[in-house]
Order: sequence, then structure tokens, then C-alpha cells
Amino acid sequence: MLNVSNLQVSYGAIRALHGISLNVEKGEIVTLIGCNGAGKTTTLRAISGLVRSSGGSVSYEGSDITRVRPHELVRMGIAHSPEGRGVFANLTVEENLELGAYARSDHAAIAQDKEKGLTLFPRLRERLRQQAGTLSGGEQQMLAMARALMARPRMLLLDEPSLGLAPQVVSTIFQIIREINAAGTTILLVEQNAHMALKVAHRAYVLETGEIAMEGPAQELAASDEVRKAYLGVG
Amino acid sequence: MPGDSSPREELAKLSARPVSKGHSPCPRFLPTPAYRVDTLLQTLKDGLTIGSLYALIALGYTMVYGILKFINFAHSDIVVLGGWLSLITATAIVEKLGLTPGQIPPWWVGPLVLLIAMVACGIIGFTIERLAYKPLRRAPRLNVLITAIGVSLFLQNTGQLQFVFGTRPRAIPQLLSDQTLLQIGNVHIRLLDLVVIGTAVVLMVGLEWLVFHTKLGRAMRAVSFDVRTAGLMGIPVDRVISITFVIGSSLAAAGGFLWALSFTSIKQPADTSWVLLGLKAFVAAVVGGIGNVRGAMFGGLAIGMLEVFGQQYINPALKDVYVFAALIVVLLVKPGGILGKATVEKV
Repeated sequence: MLNVSNLQVSYGAIRALHGISLNVEKGEIVTLIGCNGAGKTTTLRAISGLVRSSGGSVSYEGSDITRVRPHELVRMGIAHSPEGRGVFANLTVEENLELGAYARSDHAAIAQDKEKGLTLFPRLRERLRQQAGTLSGGEQQMLAMARALMARPRMLLLDEPSLGLAPQVVSTIFQIIREINAAGTTILLVEQNAHMALKVAHRAYVLETGEIAMEGPAQELAASDEVRKAYLGVG
Repeated sequence: MPGDSSPREELAKLSARPVSKGHSPCPRFLPTPAYRVDTLLQTLKDGLTIGSLYALIALGYTMVYGILKFINFAHSDIVVLGGWLSLITATAIVEKLGLTPGQIPPWWVGPLVLLIAMVACGIIGFTIERLAYKPLRRAPRLNVLITAIGVSLFLQNTGQLQFVFGTRPRAIPQLLSDQTLLQIGNVHIRLLDLVVIGTAVVLMVGLEWLVFHTKLGRAMRAVSFDVRTAGLMGIPVDRVISITFVIGSSLAAAGGFLWALSFTSIKQPADTSWVLLGLKAFVAAVVGGIGNVRGAMFGGLAIGMLEVFGQQYINPALKDVYVFAALIVVLLVKPGGILGKATVEKV
């Protein structure tokens, strides 16, 4: 469904991605794990066009999207929930949700999807008219995900959904990631919390200083000594 | 019993007293008319008129700042341009209709002139953004700021060319009759006052509705908060920025039209009254809280009132001083503006 081949990104003289390749099949949860600065977020940003790649290509459902602008990608069915959640703090929760559906004009279906999102994240229903900036970190993350789903994406790019959240909230979020996937959305998940990520994902890539160091089924990686040592803090 | 009379009656008595007859009950530094109700009303009316013009123009500054985070110095030149375009179209229409000077044209001429000026300035604003600012989207903000000054100088100097507007002062033909619609005491509410305030209010209510109750407005607020994430929502960011410039510039044109209508004479290069108009509107945007649409409206009215009241009740010679003193005080006490939020510059 999504094919990244030899993707390179530089910030000025610094090369952030040295040519990485990965692919995501329809219906999968694929996770990209790695340390701070390994290039996980950059990879997502390059896929969704927020940063310009200096080499390589990205294709989605058979068409080349390397140079496609972020807002056009939304129309093609890719939603990106950014690092740090990126909720619009000056807008209400409801307005945030409606912005998620900006590219759509099928009002009845949008209302339906809003209802679906609020069922998935009941906390948001209580806060609909509140400014998004007044939400707790966990609620903001829920809002960011619900908002991304409002685009009715076939593919969801999630950047660090667990960042800065209490363990209790993290497990709720990951539970919901599973549910979203079960409902038919393909997910590319970037995470520092390798433990949780490897639990929900089907396959995983390990990113180290801008290169893919390992890849394979999530369970296998979770069992491998290197990953256990470097990312799971075991042994 | 004199002690029983209400303050209102006291005031009425004071204003009924002939002013010229020697010993005034007021301290000498306060001129007698200060106590008169109709002076107060007159001052309020003037403050409202001038304040709504400041507000209209301040909106353009604040909208562009809200989205692109730079001060569009060329904005005040768009106001002047709006005034000139109104003058030229009004003159052309009046000639076409074969009216003699002093003859009032039919009612539709005013709205038509306003519309033409707004559309033309909207197109010019769009073009300026495309040619001058868009190529600098990723450049440091200082570069954009300097470019804005360049655009401003370009507009001023182009306007002075003989085949454009020239340097001769000209006056817009009279579009409205001088009739007084309502008279309260000595205060005449003229048709012109009503048109200026009414047009400004209608435009501002329209903008408020657009920004807070439409999909486009929601997108504008999102872009203003976080350009990058707005793109991820499927918002065509560049188009939203263009629309912002078009709206800001057409409001400026409306400001220029109403200003020309109120004060008639236009000169190029912009003479002091026009320069101050742009500058004070900018002060209004900052005082209200730059980047905040409601702040600009509030700031415009506040600055207008301050100026007119200071002029009437304290010292007319210092009317510009009040405005800029207010700016300094606001910047010292509440740097984000009265309706603005305190923000920390992100590093």
C-alpha cells in the first residue's frame, strides 16, 4: 500500500535519513522504533510532504507521492497525526474535529464519523465545547487521533502517540490503535516506547541514525537479543 | 433646594448658562463646553467614526500578522491606494453621468465605487502576496519585514508617477448629500456619519462571522495557530494565506474610501493625515492584541475614542501624542495587547 524506497532527507548540511526503504501492506500495523534523533519523525514528515526529500521516492497505492503536498495527501486517504499532537489550542474540541474533515464535503457522513470518533474516545464528548488547549495531555492525544480519523483515512501515520502520557493512558491509547486497525485502517506507527509498539504491531523496523538497522515481524524483533538489549531494557 | 437637583439637572443648568458672560464656574483650563451634553455626544460620534476606520484598517494588519507573523508595512499604502481608486472611479462615474460639480449622484454610485475599490485592492493584495511574500515563505521573518517596507516604498513611488496618480492633491467628488438626518441638541448626525459607521460595522460583523462561523474562518484560525499541522488537515495553506491578503486589502480599500469620503482631499505622496491613518491603525492593532481579530476592532475603537476625547477635553494639539502614549503604556504593561494573550517567543 505504501512503499518508501531509498528515501533521503537533509537538514542543511546534516543528513537525517541516509536512504531508508520500507513498505506497509494494507491492513497492517507497522511500527518504526528507534532512539531520539534516529529519524523516525523525519521519515513520517517526508512521507506526508512536510519536509522535502533530497532523494528516493514514496509511492502510495501505486502512484508516486514523493512531491505531493501535505493537504493533497489528505484527499488521497493518508492522515498524519503529528508529533506533539498538534491540536489547535485556540479552537474548541469540536472545531478541531471538524477541521480533520476539512477535505470532505459529505456532511451526513462527516457527522457520522464524528459520532464514531466520540464513541471511540468518550472523554472528548464531555469536552466538545471546550478549547482544545485546556485538555490534558492524554485527552489532546485522543483528540489528535480522533481528528486524523475524521479525514476517513485508509492509512494513518501516527507520530509518538504515547509521548508524555501516564502508563494508564498509554495502554488505553494503544488499545484504541488496535481498534482503529481492526476497523480497517492501515497504520504506520512511530514510537519510542518500543515495548508497547512491538506489542500492537504486525511488523517493525528499527531505525538507527537515519538507517534501517533491523526489520521483521514485531514478535520476532521483540524476542531478539539486540532489540531487547537496546530498546526494551532487558538483559 | 439646589442641593437636591440631580447631576443631570446640574449639567443642563451649566450648559444653559451663557458661556460668554464672565465668570465661568469651571476651572480655567477646562473650556466650558466640556460640560455640555452635546459636546459629549459630538465627541462620541467623532470617536466612533474615526475609531471604526482605524478598526477596519487594523484588521488587515492583524490578520496578516496572525497568519504569517510579520507586519505588512505595505498595508497603509493599500489604504491610500483604496482612496485613490475610489477617487478615480467616482470621478469617472460622475463625468459619465454628466453631473455638474456639487450635484449629488444617484444613491448607487457610492456602493459601486466602494465595491470597485475593494475588488481592485483585493486583486492588488493578492498579487503582492504572490510576488513579494510567497517566495519568502521559508525565509526568516526579518527578510519578509524588509520586503514589506520595499513594497510600501514601491507603491508610494509608483503612485507619484505622472501617469499614475501624480503629485497634485485632488478631492473625491461629493457622493452624499450634506443633509442632517438627526439633530440632538447641537449635534448633527449627518448621512455621511451614518454611512461611514454603518459600512464599517457591516464589514466588521461580516468578517467576525467569516472568521468564527465558517469553514474558511476555522481554517484561517488553524493556519494562524500552526501552519504545518493545518496542512495535515487537508487545508490548502497557500490558498488560505492568499484569501487572507485579499480580505485584508479589501477592508483597507473600504477604509480608504470612507476616509476619502470624510476628508475628501487625497495627495500623493501620502500626506501626513494618510500616513498617520495607517500608523494609528497599526497602533490600534497592537493595542488590541496583534493577531487577534476582535482585538483589532476593539483597539481601533479605543484608539479613536482616546484621540478624539483627548483632543476635545485635554489639549487638541496633542491628539497624536495620546495615541502613541497609549501604545507605549500598553507595550509596557501588557505587551501582548489588551485582548492578546501573553506569548513567549519560541526559540
